[in-house]
Amino acid sequence: MLGLDKKDYTLLLIVAGLTMLAPFILNPFPEGSGLAQFNAGYPDLMQRFVIFGIFAIGFNILFGLTGYLSFGHAAFLGVGSYAAIWMMKLLTTNVIPAMVMAVIIAGLFALIVGYVSLRRSGIYFSILTLAFAQMSFAMAYSVLTPLTGGETGLQLKIADARILDGALEAGEQARANLFGLNMSSSYEMSVGSWLFTFNTGYYIAALVMLASFYLAIRIFRSPFGLMLRAVKSNQNRLNYTGLNPRPYTLAAFVISGMYAGLAGGLMVAMDTQVGPERMFWTASGEVVLMTILGGAGTLIGPVLGAGLIKYMENILSKINKDILHQWFAFLPDGLEDFIITLVYPFIGKGWHLTLGIIFMMVVIFLPGGLVEGGQRIAKLFKGKDADEDGAQTKPAE
Amino acid sequence: MGILEVKNVGKRFGGLQALNNVELSVKENSCHAIIGPNGAGKSTLLNVFVGKLIPDTGSVMFDGQSVLGRTPYEINQMGISRVFQTPEIFGDLSVMENMMIPVFAKRDGSFRMHAVQGMMGDKDIVEKAETMLEEMGLAEKRGMQASSMSRGDKRRLEIAMCLSQDPRLLLLDEPTAGMARADTNNTIDLLKQIKEERDITIAIIEHDMHVVFSLADRITVLAQGTPLVEDHPENIKGHPKVREAYLGETAD
Ligand SMILES: Nc1ncnc2c1ncn2[C@@H]1O[C@H](COP(=O)(O)OP(=O)(O)OP(=O)(O)O)[C@@H](O)[C@H]1O
Ligand SMILES: [Mg+2]
Repeated sequence: MLGLDKKDYTLLLIVAGLTMLAPFILNPFPEGSGLAQFNAGYPDLMQRFVIFGIFAIGFNILFGLTGYLSFGHAAFLGVGSYAAIWMMKLLTTNVIPAMVMAVIIAGLFALIVGYVSLRRSGIYFSILTLAFAQMSFAMAYSVLTPLTGGETGLQLKIADARILDGALEAGEQARANLFGLNMSSSYEMSVGSWLFTFNTGYYIAALVMLASFYLAIRIFRSPFGLMLRAVKSNQNRLNYTGLNPRPYTLAAFVISGMYAGLAGGLMVAMDTQVGPERMFWTASGEVVLMTILGGAGTLIGPVLGAGLIKYMENILSKINKDILHQWFAFLPDGLEDFIITLVYPFIGKGWHLTLGIIFMMVVIFLPGGLVEGGQRIAKLFKGKDADEDGAQTKPAE
Repeated sequence: MGILEVKNVGKRFGGLQALNNVELSVKENSCHAIIGPNGAGKSTLLNVFVGKLIPDTGSVMFDGQSVLGRTPYEINQMGISRVFQTPEIFGDLSVMENMMIPVFAKRDGSFRMHAVQGMMGDKDIVEKAETMLEEMGLAEKRGMQASSMSRGDKRRLEIAMCLSQDPRLLLLDEPTAGMARADTNNTIDLLKQIKEERDITIAIIEHDMHVVFSLADRITVLAQGTPLVEDHPENIKGHPKVREAYLGETAD
């Protein structure tokens, strides 16, 4: 089906089902209940899930398949964002040209960065990509201010040219749209005390994510994907087999840069502003964490990793001391304070600590990431037939 | 004129003259063995043939064309395949995938981007890879991860990968090193069969004299980077210079 074998097709259907039903799945708790703050089904966060999912899927094409660890992929995300917002300022607030341009510009930039960085491998490659990204960040902050808006970044303004769009009516704002369909428009549905939000922007981003995911599966299963895995496995043999590894790694680098650009473009389509902090090195590190946490080299892993990290960043970080007091109010006072003192470092701003611990546990006990965890559990239940596809579930080095 | 003509090749590593004025001519469709004590420069010479090392002096011509200054993948495309001392295969990939890669490389050249087409849908490639696996007796292991095979099977797979490209010259660096007797004999039989069935030239480096005398049509003895003698196997066996090289100064 769609050129996929049964297993991959099923996986695609599952992912499609989950993303389309996300507004329900992520909002399991009724409004006003104590657990409602664990609900993640609001548009802003759901958009982030799929956008960072795209970012991680693309990153995995480079890192998961070839083993080349880029520490500068946020640069492509940022460049994509800048390209997108300029399209919206100059041409039209329709998101299609913005996303197309984001992919093209990020791809061209990746071609330059990749061409230089891929002259080295291992740690030197990683450092080169990191240097490029930090350079981009610093330039966006300073000398490129006319292009990037410097520290304040860029937003849509009433005075923007938008040569393809008609004039705005008095008091109207320029808004990102898809042929007039407003990205921020939502339809809310309440069932009992549950509230579900269906947001246009989310569904567009989700469809783009599904297309990206589908393309990634095709790449994984193609001869090109085979060569990329061969690069990771044994470059020496590849050379003596008459194949030049460099164009393969460069192509993978550019493709993953384009995925990052697409994610950057979508970010602007959802929220029409950009700042240079999007390219900061921590953002590059984050996508590495997502991919390894979920399972580098697996198809679904990076998406899971992106989801988990964004969930923790947005949900765990919002739990504060007052909320803890509510939860543990049933305990005697002394014990309540004690438990809260214990738990407190792991929530709120301390979510990084929790993430760090989870990350270490995964790397040590589940080198194949969450996907390996899932497979082990599936194996417990099903007996043997859970992991046959060695290529798909290869743990990362 | 041999298919491989080596003239006056020299290579220095710091203070060590690893190769010194090496002259060698490998005749087409023969099996030429290069023997010599440890550190004689045999592997260094092979690395020169495949483009891994560039010699300081001399020339290496394969079928009338110089190999010097070309990259390993270009030299492979000229028709030279190499088997390594420890089998170099794609350990993370399945046996079938290992087999498909050289077949792709042979058909499509050093780079071709089939990024969305399905790999198993490419009938030519799948058939050729499967035939090769069957020929080499590896068909049942096609789904196995290559790194989990026995040493002998890895060697067999590596040779199969090289042969699938129909090379004109096959270079083998101690193909039986570290192998059990049974695996060594299997490898000898395999190479004999290859020699008989194919139009192929084989150059082999080997310490195991049993292997050398079972296969070689001609033998070059290398010592301290210089060829001592080149002759038929019968003449090499008792040659005083050879015994000297192997046994030190105690030759009579
Ligand atoms: N890259 C290198 N740099 C420095 N010295 C080297 C290098 N490669 C080989 N040598 C030296 O050159 C000499 C010849 O080495 P080579 O590996 O060619 O010997 P060999 O005949 O293959 O020996 P063996 O039978 O042990 O495999 C050795 O003294 C070795 O230490
Ligand atoms: Mg050697």
